[in-house]
Amino acid sequence: MSVQLTNRSKPVDRRPMNWVERLYLINIFRGMAITLKHFFKKKATIKYPEETRPFSKVFRGLQILNRDEEGRERCTACGLCAVACPAEAITMEAAERQEGEENLYREEKYAAKYEINMLRCIFCGYCEEACPKDAIYLSQTFTPANYQRKGFIYKKEDLLIPNPVTDPEGYQKALGTIGREKEGV
Amino acid sequence: MYLLAIDWIFIIEKLVLIAAIVTLSMVVAMYATYGERKVAAFIQDRIGPNRAGPLGLLQPLADGGKLFFKEEIIPLASSKFLFILGPLLAMVTALLTSAVIPWGATMNIGNRQVPLQVADVNIGILYVFGVVSLGVYGIMLGGWASNNKFSLLAAIRGASQMVSYELAMGLSLIAVLMLTGSLQMSVIVGEQYNSVWNIVYQPIGFIIFFICALAETNRTPFDLPEAENELNFGYHQEYSSMKLGFYLFAEYINMFISGVIMATLYFGGYDIPFVNEVSLAQHIGENWVALLTFLTLMAKALFFVFVFMWIRWTIPRFRFDQLMHLGWKRLIPLALANMIITALVILWLKK
Repeated sequence: MSVQLTNRSKPVDRRPMNWVERLYLINIFRGMAITLKHFFKKKATIKYPEETRPFSKVFRGLQILNRDEEGRERCTACGLCAVACPAEAITMEAAERQEGEENLYREEKYAAKYEINMLRCIFCGYCEEACPKDAIYLSQTFTPANYQRKGFIYKKEDLLIPNPVTDPEGYQKALGTIGREKEGV
Repeated sequence: MYLLAIDWIFIIEKLVLIAAIVTLSMVVAMYATYGERKVAAFIQDRIGPNRAGPLGLLQPLADGGKLFFKEEIIPLASSKFLFILGPLLAMVTALLTSAVIPWGATMNIGNRQVPLQVADVNIGILYVFGVVSLGVYGIMLGGWASNNKFSLLAAIRGASQMVSYELAMGLSLIAVLMLTGSLQMSVIVGEQYNSVWNIVYQPIGFIIFFICALAETNRTPFDLPEAENELNFGYHQEYSSMKLGFYLFAEYINMFISGVIMATLYFGGYDIPFVNEVSLAQHIGENWVALLTFLTLMAKALFFVFVFMWIRWTIPRFRFDQLMHLGWKRLIPLALANMIITALVILWLKK
């Protein structure tokens, strides 16, 4: 005898079928009643482009490169995110800020090139954790489909958040609930 | 002088009727594909096609357009003539049956009695059976001409299935014919029009007829000729483009027509339930009543189409030996018993 694991188990009925059961029709009607019940049930479908499934508060989606309140890039190309990345999806090239570029970059060093390969990225969020400058966040959107592999290598232009000075609306939208998880939004 | 003797208006009337009925069958078949997908979706707790047009109502047009523009492939090893003849026959036989069905009460157009029936032949139901049994050629030729063993297997299955179930179907029908005493479709309907529907006298006959109709139209649970997971796609595996479309279309037309025939034979045809059509005609006019009766028939037929779909998404497919067992050892004896009992009761009542 086997151990009883749950109280939901039912013994298999191996009795020979009686006449009514062998007629099969009644069981068919029963089955059809079940499918008819499902016909009127609430549908599980989410009509995607119009409706979207609500993400969890801690959903880790597409990365964004953050700016500060004046619209300057926060990234200093320290490379910690690339080191932390277990999938080796991040590459970057550093450059020195020139005279007159103070309104573009927050500190003296910045990322001239910053690429994330979304086909490699596993959205673990280690880059966000590693970043000392609050420069990279995982947003609440996912990577859209693309026809080519090279379309999945996101350049700095693709990743940068809209400028809060010139495009405050876009900035707020892209920011989403980042950093506000604890507020319960 | 001979030309003048021909009733030209009669010919025009019939041509218009034929065009209308063929168009109707096509449109119904088109939207049956949409209905099938919707019913399937609803039964599976989904929504189904809803992208093309409002509620996805343009989906059949999109599907049809897609089929037309697909590449037409005729396999090299196939026998080309039969390969083309297959879907053609399937389509033609599917449409032919609609000729003898009375679609509604008589209309009155310009002092002319126009019956909504293309041909009121006195062997109506026999004609239907003749054409339905021709339908097997569509499958058989398609499967044979494809020169593909799966298609051939499917075709053989289809042929044997249709031949075996035709027998039980015919036997169950004889009981109805004995009740009516006529093969003429309009008489069968007229009888039910004036008294009760045949389903009251023939519930078992109807169940047999319904099961056989499922088998004849190759619908689940008897869709062995097109069993996707056993035979790849059945007899139309090698077909592409609109030839495949014709096969699929023929199936849906068959479904609709068999729904109409079931409504005609057992559910009073175009009879509006609980309504006296004659007194209604005095109120709103003959033509409106004709339209209403037509809509009633459509409602009945479409209900059967819905039941066909409902069954498809409920019951799994039969195994082939089970199919033959059911057909030969269960339905035929049952139909025979039903026939004999009906005959005895009729004899007893007449005496």
